[in-house]
Parts: sequence; structure tokens; C-alpha cells
Amino acid sequence: MATQAPAKTAHPLNVIVATDCGSTTTKAILIEKVGDEYRQTYRGEAPTTVEAPFEDVTRGVLNAIAEIEELSGRKILDGDKIITPCRDAKTGVDIYISTSSAGGGLQMMVTGVVQNMTGESAQRAALGAGAIVIDVLASNDGRLPHEKIERIRTMRPDMILMSGGTDGGAVTHVVEMAEYISAAEPRPRFGATYKLPLIYAGNKDAQPQVKKILGEKAALVLTDNIRPVLERENLAPARNKIHDLFLEHVMQQAPGYKKLIEMAGAPIMPTPAAVGVIMETIAKREHLNLIGVDIGGATTDVFSVFEGLFNRTVSANLGMSYSISNVLAEAGLANIMRWVPFTIEEQTLRNRIKNKMIRPTTIPQTLDELQIEHAIAREALRLALIHHKSLATALKGIQQERTISDVFEQQQSGKTLIDMLKLDLIVGSGGILSHAPRRVQSMLMMVDAYEPLGVTRLSVDSIFMMPHLGVLSTIDEKAATDVFVRDCMVYLGTCVAPIGQGKDGDRCADYVITFADGRIDKGVLAFGDLRLVPLAGDQKASIAIQPVKQVNLGAGAGVSITREVQGGVVGLLLDGRGRPLQLPTDHTARVASLKKWYSAVGLYPTAS
Amino acid sequence: MPHSYTPGLTVTEQAMVRRRRMLSLPGNVLVTTGDVVRANQAVARAELPGKVYPLNLANQLGVAPDEIHEYLIKKAGDPVQKDEILAENKPLIKWLKTEVRSPITGVVESLSTVTGQVLLREPPRVLELLAYVDGRIVEVIPQQGVVVETNCSLVQGIFGIGGETWGEIVIAVTSPDEALTPRHLTADMKGKVVVGGSFISSDALARAKEVGVAGLVIGGIHDKDLRTLLGYDLGVAITGTEQVGFTLILTEGFGAIPMAEKTFALLSAHAGQPASISGATQIRAGVIRPEIIIPKGVADGHGAAIAPQREGIRIGDQVRIIRDPLFGKIGEVASLPSDLQKIPTESEVRVLEVRFGDGSRTMIPRTNIELIEGS
Repeated sequence: MATQAPAKTAHPLNVIVATDCGSTTTKAILIEKVGDEYRQTYRGEAPTTVEAPFEDVTRGVLNAIAEIEELSGRKILDGDKIITPCRDAKTGVDIYISTSSAGGGLQMMVTGVVQNMTGESAQRAALGAGAIVIDVLASNDGRLPHEKIERIRTMRPDMILMSGGTDGGAVTHVVEMAEYISAAEPRPRFGATYKLPLIYAGNKDAQPQVKKILGEKAALVLTDNIRPVLERENLAPARNKIHDLFLEHVMQQAPGYKKLIEMAGAPIMPTPAAVGVIMETIAKREHLNLIGVDIGGATTDVFSVFEGLFNRTVSANLGMSYSISNVLAEAGLANIMRWVPFTIEEQTLRNRIKNKMIRPTTIPQTLDELQIEHAIAREALRLALIHHKSLATALKGIQQERTISDVFEQQQSGKTLIDMLKLDLIVGSGGILSHAPRRVQSMLMMVDAYEPLGVTRLSVDSIFMMPHLGVLSTIDEKAATDVFVRDCMVYLGTCVAPIGQGKDGDRCADYVITFADGRIDKGVLAFGDLRLVPLAGDQKASIAIQPVKQVNLGAGAGVSITREVQGGVVGLLLDGRGRPLQLPTDHTARVASLKKWYSAVGLYPTAS
Repeated sequence: MPHSYTPGLTVTEQAMVRRRRMLSLPGNVLVTTGDVVRANQAVARAELPGKVYPLNLANQLGVAPDEIHEYLIKKAGDPVQKDEILAENKPLIKWLKTEVRSPITGVVESLSTVTGQVLLREPPRVLELLAYVDGRIVEVIPQQGVVVETNCSLVQGIFGIGGETWGEIVIAVTSPDEALTPRHLTADMKGKVVVGGSFISSDALARAKEVGVAGLVIGGIHDKDLRTLLGYDLGVAITGTEQVGFTLILTEGFGAIPMAEKTFALLSAHAGQPASISGATQIRAGVIRPEIIIPKGVADGHGAAIAPQREGIRIGDQVRIIRDPLFGKIGEVASLPSDLQKIPTESEVRVLEVRFGDGSRTMIPRTNIELIEGS
């Protein structure tokens, strides 16, 4: 994470105000120490004011905080200033902290020599630092040199990350790329007069040449090679430099950010970087493999931690408002329609989606509209995970030691790290998941989109406060953990999904659930069944499942498993619909299946 | 709960509008503060550096990169014509000679002895920045651009495609709920800004292109027709650079939706007058909406008041409903209950009561309306 020293405050942190300046809204939360623990007490929201006519991000921040003032009765603002530290029980806060993705977030271009080696490493470094990668240029990307130069010229990134070559290897290709960048004279997105920040994290032997070629033309920073040897990635130094330059250069140019940095008691973090911190923390603390998703209006971020390895991707044009039309374009109408439990004309649906795109702040007012949005969300989530799987991989192009048995497996290098059978927890965040009228809707959206295998727990961010807690955790781990556990994470429950296919109604598995109070629920899960067993958040139960011979629950086909499962606000979801999930192709049959499933779990009011 | 800040679309007879005109790279500003400018007049000019063509001489000559200087005919900074020899080897046997010729006319920008590469650059291209609206220069930003101010009538659309253009306003339909059909589009509409009513079909779009209209202002369009017009499915509403033959501005949205009467009446009142229009749309915080600017002559003073930004909604305000099931209906705010209300989706939201022309009333989530702004 950022190399800036965490904030040091002379006073204890009892009252904290945190904001996240998003692309549309600035969300503020108040955290107070109640007794021995920290709790999130109030929240406020206001439109982000980074662009015209205000062009000062702090206006939106002050408006959001003013809403907290109104609701809490605490005086936090003194004109345009935040009162720190607390003066008495009802005046001031001890620290103000913030994250930001306003103004399109941090947009980066990265370069490498071999596209799926250093190109991908550079991409992972930038994504992990919270950036949106607008292009990956590589010596072997198939574009002609003049096309590369033209591409660099037309893009206006906030920052460039250059990589390429292992330390001590050939310098030619990476120097060539530096020459292209120099010839293109790239210009930054904000501020016509300042030099574009450029981080060089390639072959260290090429540093002198790169300095000579680009030293005058860009604000060049040299750092350790992100791929010093083929077999190892070293992303942390480049990530730290990205964070430093984000604060020193990019944010200084964005409207009002100088003031925002002065107001804040800790370095401003890019929103996805802060969410990443939280995801990593949960995974490490509980020794879990997890997938986290933050589905926003413009973008969908996916985070994963598998066997301790953290990855993040951003699908820049998959979102539920600004980018909703792009979900339709990428997924195709048929894929969206397959989740809609009624008939709607294609033209009507297309017009509705476009109308949401041009009026992104509107909300579904009828049940039909809500169901359509949930259908689109399933596809946005699904596509973003596919994207994530393609980048969250083991290193490509490295030599593998093989024994004779491996020869028969023919495993390639660069296999995805995402193993749905080893997945312990899915964490959802973002408006459509956090604000779904019924929590079971969030749960089923994620189950349908991700198709978890075996036994998987699911949760959501209650009111979207992970970014705030991410930045808070860098200055006060306890406060962040307290609020995270008590107010942020809402455990939905556990999904049990056997792998295999069968005819609807045929036996899929027999199960025995033993509750903590000794109660026993025995049953048969048939193919095509979706069953919800109530199990509260603070309860655990033991489930023993015996699948039929062609069905697998992780231990092998036909092998029974016994697991302890945790409840949640939704409960225990037994999903007999089969994996991979295949919906009937016939329209009438599909609608009937959807209605049956939705009704079985009480998804929507009419079905309850 | 958040406040409702649904931005409205301005439809006003009288506005003082300022447009910031900026070069994409530093250049020369051609006007001074106080100058009166026409829409199609250049106000600034810049030279866009020419395209760069890299050529690997070392590879082509079959020599080491650090040896290329020995084979060069042209040096860095030299002008070069297309097909002129840049470098050649001098073999003992003449027919083994290799000549590397320039693929472009331009200059030799640089040579690298690390990669053996020569970079050639085409001559710069002149970029002219036009005033876009008839008005007066109120600010000059040295080397970068100007601010033009105009006293005008202003209509903001909700979505558009295509860039800036100019033309005389022609009203092609008789009422705001009439659809624009091919028969409405006549040859004399060439180069004009044609105002239709509720909807334009794909055949009318084709006819508009054939006639050569400068712009179309319409209530709504079907998404599938937009896709046909563009040749692709628009994923994100960032537009302004499309080239479909005209600039298209939607005032209401997608589907067949009557143009708001106020908009139609205002445009009708200015039929025959020239207008500057832009389809550029960018829907993010601080949106850019497409616009129709009808200048009324040059402002007589400097720094005339710009309409203050409205905040919040008041009883009596005219609003448009912008979400199904009543999408496109226009009414006025009858009440603003402060308590949250449960809507059919089970969400609890802030609502307002809208009264329609026939006296009927309904509750609508506050986020699902937009103000029709402007007096």
C-alpha cells in the first residue's frame, strides 16, 4: 500500500468521519466509539462535485457531512472547515479520512515487452493499486509501431507504468517502447501544463537509456522491476509508486483535491485500493479463499484472495447505470432475458435499458423493472468474474518442473487461480447488492452469476462502507475491524450446490441437517429444486449430504460430505439446479422454472 | 436518505450562455476579449504534430544498431521526401546493395543506436477551433482558447449524437406528439435543423441523411434504430464524435415520447432563425447534455449574470417523469411528503406527488422525475 506514513494523531480517535468521493455521489459515514467498541452511527450522501459547474470535490464532501450533522446533531463543520479534534461530546471529530474514485478514478496505461508476461504483470500491478487500465501495450501485441504511437497519442492517461525484461536481460525492446512513448508525447488527462507521471519498473539495466529518452518528457520515476526474474513477480514497489504519484501528481490536478488532501488526516486512497485492503484483511484474518465484488454505476471491481494471493480486476464498462447499456451489448439480450420471469418485447427492454443509461439516477418503481435490473446485474457480475478469472492467474511463460505423471495432465502455465470449489466466501458490495429490497435477492443474484460449487458462504456490505473502512484500517485497525464486523458485513447465509446434471425431479442428493438445538431436518434434494432452510446469522448447523453417484460435492462423485455451515439473514440455500447451471431453452419452460425458484425462496413480493 | 438533486434540463427563452472553447494542445488564440464572433469563425489555431513512423534501419540493413550512423544519408532534423533514400549500405558487389527509403514526406525526428530505429514525422496538421456560437469573447486563455458569451434561447436535450453544427430551425410537424416521417422531410431542409415531434423511425432517419439535414431534434427514437444508424450498440453515453451525416438530439428519451410542449413551443417560436447545436452527451457527475442555442444578438455588457444553479424541487415546479410506468409524462409537483414511502418494489424511498393536466395525482420516487428548468 501507499508508502506515506499513516496519520499520527496526538489524541485518541473516538469520533471519525469518513467519505468516499464516488463518480456520482459522495458518501459520508460517522463512526463513534460506544463503550469499548467502534460503531458506524450515521451516514450522509450528496452529489459529487468534481466537475462543472462546481469543479471542487470538497463541496460534495461538505454537503455529505452536513447531512450527517443534521441527522446526528453533532457540529462537525465550521464554515468550510472540519472541526478536529473533538471539542466536546457534540462538537467536532477526531479525524477526517477519505477515498476517491471521482472524475473517472485513476486511469493508467501500462506497457510490457511480452503481452502475457510483463504486460500482464504490469496490468496486475496497476489494477492492484486501484487503477483502471485503459490499454496494455506490448512489443508483441500485434499492433504496428506507428499504431502503437498513435494509440499513446490519442489516449490521455493519468499515469503510465512501463515494464519489460528481466533484470540483466536484453534491453532493446523496452528501450524501443520508451522511444515510442517519447515520440507520442503523451499528455495527461487533467492539467495541460504538467508532465505526465511515468513509472519505469522494467529491466534495471535499461534504466539509464529510459532516463535519457523520457527524463525530459515525463515526470519519470524509476523503481524495482516488477518481474526481476521470469518466475517471480514483485508488484509492491510499483504499486507503492503508483499510490505516491496518484497523490503527488494526479490528485493535485483534479478540481479541489489540494483542499481535500489538506482536510484529510490520512492519505487519500483510490476507492478500489481501499476496498482491496478490506478484502485482503478479511481473507487473512479468517484464513479464507474469497471473491469480493463491488458493482457500481460505471464499473465492476472484482477482488479475490486464493491461497493468500490477492488479485483485483476492474471491468471498466460493466455497471448498473452509466454502463448498463454496455452490459446489454456485451452479454447479449438473450443472456439477460434468461433471468426475467415474464415476457417482454425486445424493443421495450432495449428502450428501457437506454433510458436508464441516460437517466442513471432513477430507481425501479415497479416489480417488473426491479426484476429486469436484477437480471442485468446477474450478467454484469458474471462477465466481470470471467474477466477476473482471465487475469487472476499463475505467472505465464515460466518453466515448470514436471514429473512423469504431470505429462499426462498437460497443465499449462498461467492457470486461473480462481477455484470455485475452494471458495469459502463471496462478499458483495455496491448499490444493487447493498440496497436490494430483500437480502435474498442479493444472495440469489450472486449465486446465479457466480455459480458457487459445493459449500460457499455469502455476505454483503450493509450500506456500502468498505472503502471508508479500508482507509480507516490503515490508521486504526481496531476501529475498522469493529465497524466491519458489527455494522458492515451482513452474512446472508450459505449456499450448498452439488456439481452435476440430471433430469428435473430426479434425486440429486440426500441431506441431513442437524441444528444446534438438536433438531434434525432430513430430506431429498431433487434436480431443479431450490430450497431455503431458515438458519439465523448467529446459528450454525451441521449438514451431511450424500450425492447420487454422478454428482460431486467436492469430495468426488457420489462421495458424501459433512460440513458445519453458518447461517445468515437469508439462511441455508440448497441449490439442486445443477452445475453448470443450465436454464431451459424453451421460453415457457424457462419462465416456469424461474417462477418456481423465485417463489421457493420468496424472492419477490408477488411470489411470497 | 439522500437529498434529491435530479438535474433538470433547461428549456428557456432567455439565457446568457458561456461556452469555453479550448484547443486540445497549446496554440495561438486569434481573437481578443470583446471581439464579436460568428459561430463558424476560427478563434484559435494549433498545429497538431504529424504522425510518427518508426523504421528499424538496423534490421533492414542487417547491421548492428550502434553501426547505423555509418550508413545514414539523412541525419536527425533533416527534411525528407517520400521514397527518398534514408540509409544505404555500400557492398563490394553492387547488386547486393540495400537502400532504405522513406515511407513518408516529413522530417527525420530521431535516431537510436540502442534499437537501430529511426523515427520519421509527418508535417504538422493545422487544427482550427471555431467559435461554435455567435457571441462575444469574454475571456482569452493564452495559448489555449477563449470563452464565448451569447445572449440566447436555450434548449437542452437528454441525449444526442454527432458534433457541433449550425443551421436554420425548421419545424417539420404540426404538434409535439406527431411522429416525424419521411414525407415530412423535403429537399429544402438541406443544411437545416429540423424539429420533429414524438418519434423518428429508421426510414425517416435514412431520408434525413439523403436530404442532408444539419440536425434533427426529436422527442424519442427506438434503441434498435439508433443501433442501425450508428452501426453498433452504444454501450456508454459518451458521444459527440459520431459521423452519421447529421447531429441528432433527443429531448425526451428512448421510445415514442411526445416532445414537452414547452420545448416544442419555444423551438416553434424561433422557426426560421439560425441555431447552433451539439449532440455531445456525457452522462457522469457534471453531465454534458446536447443543446440547441438560438442566439439573439450580441450581449451588450460584460460578465452578464449567468442563471444561478437551482437546488431542490418546489411545489408547483414542472416535472417530467423519467422512469416507467409513467415514463415521459409531464406534470407539476403537488406535494413533497418528507417521510419515506414504500413503493411496489418494497424499497422505502423519498417520494413526491405529481399532478397531471387532467387533475389526476400520483406518487413518484423523487429520483424518478426531472425538473423542466428555465422560465
